[in-house]
Amino acid sequence: MAITVRTVKRPERTFATEIYLVEIVKGLGLTFRHLFVNLYRHSKRALGLKGLPGSVTVQYPDDPAVLGKRARTRHRLLKRDDGAPRCTACLLCETICPAKCIRITAENAPDVQVEKRAKTFDIDLGMCIFCGYCVEACPVDAIHMDANEVEISAYSRKDMIWNMPELLGDVPKKPSQPG
Amino acid sequence: MTFPLPLNDVLFATAKILFAVLGVGLSIAGFLGWVERKQSAVMQDRIGANRADIFGITILGLFHPIADAIKLLTKEDFVPKMARKPLHGLAPIISLGAGMFCLAALPYGGVVDFAGRAWDLTPIALPMGVPLVLAALAFGVHGIVMAGYASGSNYGLLGALRGAAQMIAYEVCLASALAGLLFIYGTLDFSEAVLWQVRHGVWGIFVQPLAFIIFLTAGTAVTKRIPFDLPEGESEIVGYHVEYSGMKFGMFMMTDFFESIVICGVITALFLGGWSIPGLDLPSMGLLGGVLMVGSFVAKIMLMLFLLMQVRWTLPRFRFDQVLDLGWKNLLPLALINFLVTVWVVYLWP
Ligand code: SF4
Ligand code: SF4
Repeated sequence: MAITVRTVKRPERTFATEIYLVEIVKGLGLTFRHLFVNLYRHSKRALGLKGLPGSVTVQYPDDPAVLGKRARTRHRLLKRDDGAPRCTACLLCETICPAKCIRITAENAPDVQVEKRAKTFDIDLGMCIFCGYCVEACPVDAIHMDANEVEISAYSRKDMIWNMPELLGDVPKKPSQPG
Repeated sequence: MTFPLPLNDVLFATAKILFAVLGVGLSIAGFLGWVERKQSAVMQDRIGANRADIFGITILGLFHPIADAIKLLTKEDFVPKMARKPLHGLAPIISLGAGMFCLAALPYGGVVDFAGRAWDLTPIALPMGVPLVLAALAFGVHGIVMAGYASGSNYGLLGALRGAAQMIAYEVCLASALAGLLFIYGTLDFSEAVLWQVRHGVWGIFVQPLAFIIFLTAGTAVTKRIPFDLPEGESEIVGYHVEYSGMKFGMFMMTDFFESIVICGVITALFLGGWSIPGLDLPSMGLLGGVLMVGSFVAKIMLMLFLLMQVRWTLPRFRFDQVLDLGWKNLLPLALINFLVTVWVVYLWP
């Protein structure tokens, strides 16, 4: 590929920029515009009228968190069409995981086509760094990080570990108790 | 002045000083804590502090300054082992005291006739008011240097040295910016200066616009606000009050707000017509006139503070050599030229 050169024009230093005052006035114009426009929008909303919001703040614990479409959140194990977990216990995810937070024990699967399946599948979310390597490593697309759930905190390290039924969504995660 | 002073004079003087320091100083300083948060938030498309509540009532976060005060009062007052104890405690008191004195020397109003006698609404009315306020402002630098030195910390000391260098540079500009204006007014008394503006029906800002800009810039520098906040540098460069905690730190914060109020007060008195309202003859209106005087003076101060606050959230911080260059090489010569030209114009005026 040929190297291309783009000449960046230096900003000109005129007398107006040198004495800085004009620039200050310009900057103040910008911030004052934001101030008054937002004040107008806030007061309009306070009066119960419709209109654009005066701020972009999401009041998170009060309002629900806004996640991006492709947000990488808690893991989820997927199932095949017949309802069995897709995971074939190949241990690729456990091997690649840089945080070493996946623990899998394998057993023979009743389905000879599959040969093996996971007996237990634990992910310690307290250690996970949410790198997504496990998702990329999986050859059978059995693990995703799209549960769209970010409130996974718990009162103890033990409660941060999710087991297979919980990851499959078969049983809900027990709420963690303090103490 | 005869001694002993009549009792009601003493009472009135005390009331005036209390009004200036507590009524204006403390309440505006507390309010500024809220304004600072909210104004910056709205300007940056945020909401700002709105969580402090009393029984679930938040009133737009107005309780946050109270929460601040309670927090500062109840925090541990930690004095480092290497600190020089008495000086360490004295420094914030000196800073705050200088700020408080300046507050009491501002002309909140003129002389009004009410209930058969003349009341002078300036708390500490002195014929040398302007230089005295400037001197008291400059005295605040002792508190800063003392704080840095007494902390026994090199970071604190460096911050104090930055503060001293900056404040000395800008005190000079501050005084020389006012020189021309005071020459025109022919007085060093705040009240007289306001009266001059009332008599001539023109505000100082139109007489000396250049002096106004220089004074505003130097004033921001003296109060150590952004873009000149190198002595403290809240989060990045550690400042002179790094070894202070609890209410002693709170006193330094208060001093900053007090000094801002004082600078805005001096600007109001000398450049914005003081307590006067164009088109109204306030001194002859008795009690109502007095109330209007104080009201308009405080309102003008608030407007200036609003402007300074906006500047604070608009501009980035200067580098230290830029700060000193701006002071010594640009503002000071400009102020002196302004003074010389003013003197010649006044001299040659028919
Ligand atoms: S996201 Fe990364 S750290 Fe977390 S389980 Fe997967 S591979 Fe391990
Ligand atoms: S990589 Fe996929 S199939 Fe292999 S053990 Fe992990 S989840 Fe199961």
